[in-house]
Amino acid sequence: MTIKEIQDSIVEDFSMFDDWMDRYAMLIEMGKECPIIDDQYRDEKHLINGCQSRVWLSAELKDGKIYFAADSDAVITKGIIYLLIKVFSGQTPSDILAADMSFLDEIGLKEHLSPTRSNGLLSMVKQMMLYAEAFKLQEVK
Amino acid sequence: MFDVQSIRQQFPVLNQQVYGKPLVYFDNAATTQKPLCVIERERDYYLNENCNIHRGVHYLSQKATEAYENARITVARFINAPEAHEIVFTRGTTESLNLLATSFEHLFIEEGDKVMVTAMEHHSNLVPWQQMIQRHHGELLVVPMDDNGVLDLNAYQDLLKEQPKVVSIAHISNTLGTINPVKEMITMAHQYGIPVVIDGAQSMAHLPIDVQDMDCDFYVFSGHKMYAPMGIGGLYGKTEWLEKMPPYQFGGEMVDTVSFEKTTFNKLPFKFEAGTPNVGAALGLETAVKFIESMDRKAVAEHEDLLLKTAVERLAQIEGMRFIGQAPHRSGLVSFVIDGIHPYDLGTIVDKMGFAVRTGHHCAEPVMTYFGIPGTVRASFAMYNTIEEVEVFVKAVERAANMLR
Repeated sequence: MTIKEIQDSIVEDFSMFDDWMDRYAMLIEMGKECPIIDDQYRDEKHLINGCQSRVWLSAELKDGKIYFAADSDAVITKGIIYLLIKVFSGQTPSDILAADMSFLDEIGLKEHLSPTRSNGLLSMVKQMMLYAEAFKLQEVK
Repeated sequence: MFDVQSIRQQFPVLNQQVYGKPLVYFDNAATTQKPLCVIERERDYYLNENCNIHRGVHYLSQKATEAYENARITVARFINAPEAHEIVFTRGTTESLNLLATSFEHLFIEEGDKVMVTAMEHHSNLVPWQQMIQRHHGELLVVPMDDNGVLDLNAYQDLLKEQPKVVSIAHISNTLGTINPVKEMITMAHQYGIPVVIDGAQSMAHLPIDVQDMDCDFYVFSGHKMYAPMGIGGLYGKTEWLEKMPPYQFGGEMVDTVSFEKTTFNKLPFKFEAGTPNVGAALGLETAVKFIESMDRKAVAEHEDLLLKTAVERLAQIEGMRFIGQAPHRSGLVSFVIDGIHPYDLGTIVDKMGFAVRTGHHCAEPVMTYFGIPGTVRASFAMYNTIEEVEVFVKAVERAANMLR
């Protein structure tokens, strides 16, 4: 699926619930499903700055596509990063860098998160974009 | 008779919904809400009395000066300070503590000196001392506590023998709720001739304060945690200390005479009040003091204790509940974590249910490090909170915990 298709299906999933408690319940379930990062990546180097709970993110390039893995000690945070992983994992660096992130506004995630959590979300997106940029440069070389 | 509903009517901000649910405000240790009388006092000042004080000879200036100085007298009376000039208005606890650390630095701190705080201090009663003493290659002594959040007085006694230049102690811990035995600790320090600062940020709204009985050398507090506006607080200091302490900031108001060669400083308390003060907020603070005094304070304390007791009893029944701070003498707040659940997750979910509680390290990171946790969820109470609110809160925590497990 393309990034856009995955984003649309997430928007659809979220629109099934009117109540933000149910949406949080969904994020929590996603957090519990998130594939756990390999232990070697749970270090300072893979911590994302700007999140109030600890979030580790790793990325590898296979056949021109980036595969992300993450973990967090807070389950909602883990749900949020898993949501982003679903969108970006298995995509090419160029597609990730060109992605339109307005789906985050559509599902209302940004406005329903506290400002500190919202900053954390932006930090996660930024970190994933940085990986994409780095891998893209690698490819060019 | 204590009637919580009639008290609530004086706090219109409480009567609102968040996320479609009735607001339950349990973040009173961060800041209390303001009663109508306080809001109206500040508004009235700007409507009818606003003027810069002390320097004007005109009518309004004299009126405003008189009101501001009366506010000082009211605050002095509230904490039983012997003299009104022993009350310095500041922006709050943090500024008061920075004033003291800076002024002491110039007055008597020498290379290699020590100052002492406790293991449960708010960053505001830790960082100013730490930074100041580090400039002189000195040492910050820390009174240890036990797993219940009770200070070790034997260790305190031993640390006093190291002759710190000053001891600064929280009256009530903002994270643990512990009421420290400050009177006893002051007596112990004075036996070594060491002055004591008491951080009263969390105590002014809850406990009767008598600085003479306590015999503290300094007492610092914030207005906004005691139903007063933000941006105003105070510092009480014994005259003998304030007289010999150098000013903290320089500028208008605090001077006596100025020439290009030399400046002499104003008398107490103006020596420590550089620049135009927050007059409106000071008048709001005075009104807040009178508001507290107008209550049956014993009944208020009993009500707040009942809120705490109920919260602790009911929360204890939730699986995996771990209280952070279980001192026998506590006030105003309960801090907790639940096994296997991150406090931020719990805080996020109960927020969506309409509860304003604080989640995180509460500006006391060393306390979190001691207990080996990233933070706690803290519910802190004020006179306008109800038992019903505590009951629904416990249910909300239970529901959130079940979602997150």
